[in-house]
Amino acid sequence: MSRLADVIAARKAEGSGALIGYLPVGYPDLATSIEAAVALAENGVDALELGLPYSDPVMDGVVIQRATQAALAGGFKLRHGFDAVAAITARVDTPVLLMTYWNPVVQFGVDRFADELVGVGGAGLITPDLIPDEAAAWLEASDRTGLDRVFLAAPSSTDERLKQAVDQSRGFVYAVSTMGITGARSDVDSAARGLVSRLRAVGSTSACVGLGVSTPEQVREILDYADGAIVGSMLVKALADGGVDAVAAAATLLATGKGPVEGALGLPSSTVER
Amino acid sequence: MALRDELGPYFGEYGGRFVPESLIAALDELDAAYQTAKIDPVFQEELANLHKTYTGRPSIITEVPRFGEHAGGARIILKREDLNHTGSHKINNVLGQALVARRLGKTRLIAETGAGQHGVATATAAALFGMECVVYMGEVDTERQALNVARMRLLGATVIPVTTGSRTLKDAINDALRDWVANVDTTHYLLGTVAGPHPFPVMVRDFHKIIGEEARAQVLELTGALPDAVTACVGGGSNAMGIFHAFLDDPSVKLYGYEAAGDGHLTERHAATITRGRPGVLHGARSYLLQDDDGQTIESHSISAGLDYPGVGPEHAWLADTGRASYLPITDDEAMQALRLLSLTEGIIPAIESAHALAGTIKLGKELGKDATILVNLSGRGDKDMETAGKYFDILDAAALADEDAAAIRSGALGTGASE
Repeated sequence: MSRLADVIAARKAEGSGALIGYLPVGYPDLATSIEAAVALAENGVDALELGLPYSDPVMDGVVIQRATQAALAGGFKLRHGFDAVAAITARVDTPVLLMTYWNPVVQFGVDRFADELVGVGGAGLITPDLIPDEAAAWLEASDRTGLDRVFLAAPSSTDERLKQAVDQSRGFVYAVSTMGITGARSDVDSAARGLVSRLRAVGSTSACVGLGVSTPEQVREILDYADGAIVGSMLVKALADGGVDAVAAAATLLATGKGPVEGALGLPSSTVER
Repeated sequence: MALRDELGPYFGEYGGRFVPESLIAALDELDAAYQTAKIDPVFQEELANLHKTYTGRPSIITEVPRFGEHAGGARIILKREDLNHTGSHKINNVLGQALVARRLGKTRLIAETGAGQHGVATATAAALFGMECVVYMGEVDTERQALNVARMRLLGATVIPVTTGSRTLKDAINDALRDWVANVDTTHYLLGTVAGPHPFPVMVRDFHKIIGEEARAQVLELTGALPDAVTACVGGGSNAMGIFHAFLDDPSVKLYGYEAAGDGHLTERHAATITRGRPGVLHGARSYLLQDDDGQTIESHSISAGLDYPGVGPEHAWLADTGRASYLPITDDEAMQALRLLSLTEGIIPAIESAHALAGTIKLGKELGKDATILVNLSGRGDKDMETAGKYFDILDAAALADEDAAAIRSGALGTGASE
């Protein structure tokens, strides 16, 4: 039913979970952003989250803001988002989600956006500023087209709202690890563990944790209790600093966090919190 | 249902909550606290007392016949929000929200500001209530409104120049929202206009509706009748909603909002959101906004920093669609000429924002003729705009100012070494 849920379930069946990688379309340019996304898929990332640059990204920290602002200054158009999905899905089987603020979808037309996305082989949308309460048009379009729809769940959400997020999401629920915005953090909040357990209690079988995740150790810790870990800013920084090769290396390193605990990083097991 | 009774979250198809899930709990908490406060006589008395002893309410009305001669001879009456403490209508909303924040146990106020008027008002309330205050202000605006930055700092606020995006008001709102997401336990986001996610548009309107309620009674007392029209400038739209609200269900009273048209609403440089924009989602609500084909927000332009915003409150979008209020563009030059005219004919220097309402009123008066009575919301005073006006009319002795600055630097008064 959901390609994304299938991929996540498969990783879980292997005793691990999914690694989901974010990169913005059009940064540093369209061609390189496509190469970088393919590099993620070829180096252990199980699902791709492609960000559509937007003028007012309230959920993003400075690393992603700078990259998406540069993409817009470089001439990014919505059309390039669909072009990128088409180019990536032609080369790899990895499911590709678009992460987009809501206004670009509204202006494109919700139904038209869904149809285009299906046409280029996209898997669905992550909508950081669209709550299910306001999503009637998108719920309908995604049901009609079978696209996945990922809503956010926050530590501050009531149980009732968590249940709504779980019931209305398809593919996975995006568990926001901390009260804040995107950007690497040395500690992924313990709130994430509590949030995922609350999501389980209201029926979630597919919950992925994002915000602040940047190391294989954090990925491992998250996959211990959640179904997937989402990494963004760290990959964007790698791309900014070292290009596609650095992104590939970062993905490879992060993917070690999916492996069996003992000796995966050549670390004594005592350093790994279980 | 009376138009005055609209409570949100939607005004027709506008409004709502388009924000990250992380903020929903805070918005619900705020809404609940506001609903409780609204019907709590203790809260109402506290706010009324502050307005009486601190804001200086009720603000007076002033009839301006010499100005009216230039407006078709119509009878023009100004609602003097410029006489409020801190110099504009902004204090009405700020005191109300600060009281709600205090009831919620919040100890930190954050705000966005364009011209600095809302930032100054928020810093003032924070000082009054002993709260921490952080004001986000686009870097471009901190440069063109340096005096207001100094005012906020003097009042104990931290002013953070915003360096992302277009570095203006819309980006200051983005950064304030980011701060709020991360610090929502201790912090209240004191949004300064009738925009943003529910409950802000309705709550901010309610804190400003005192403007129209007072003015309606004052005009009735002075003239024995309701005015034929009520006018106000519209950026986000708080002063306009404040004065419109009491008249929404008086069908004989026409309502006019004047948007900033910058170089002209048919040029690329304007802030005429309803005139030139189309519906979309920005800063948490569905309303009109200036945007390109892809839905990317377009930067606005106006000589008035307070109207330099590419969005507008959702209730205005609804009033525009239903035809209850009309929204018309006023250029920079029309506003500046009206600013000078009111100064010369009546001895009142208005804010450039409010001068847009005056410029619109001149046109409207000529249309309606000498039998008409027009109530204008004079939302702020012009002291903050003296540098802009001085340069615009070439009456600023720039050389003397520069000499003064240079002398201050030579004597070390402005240098970092002054305190050592």
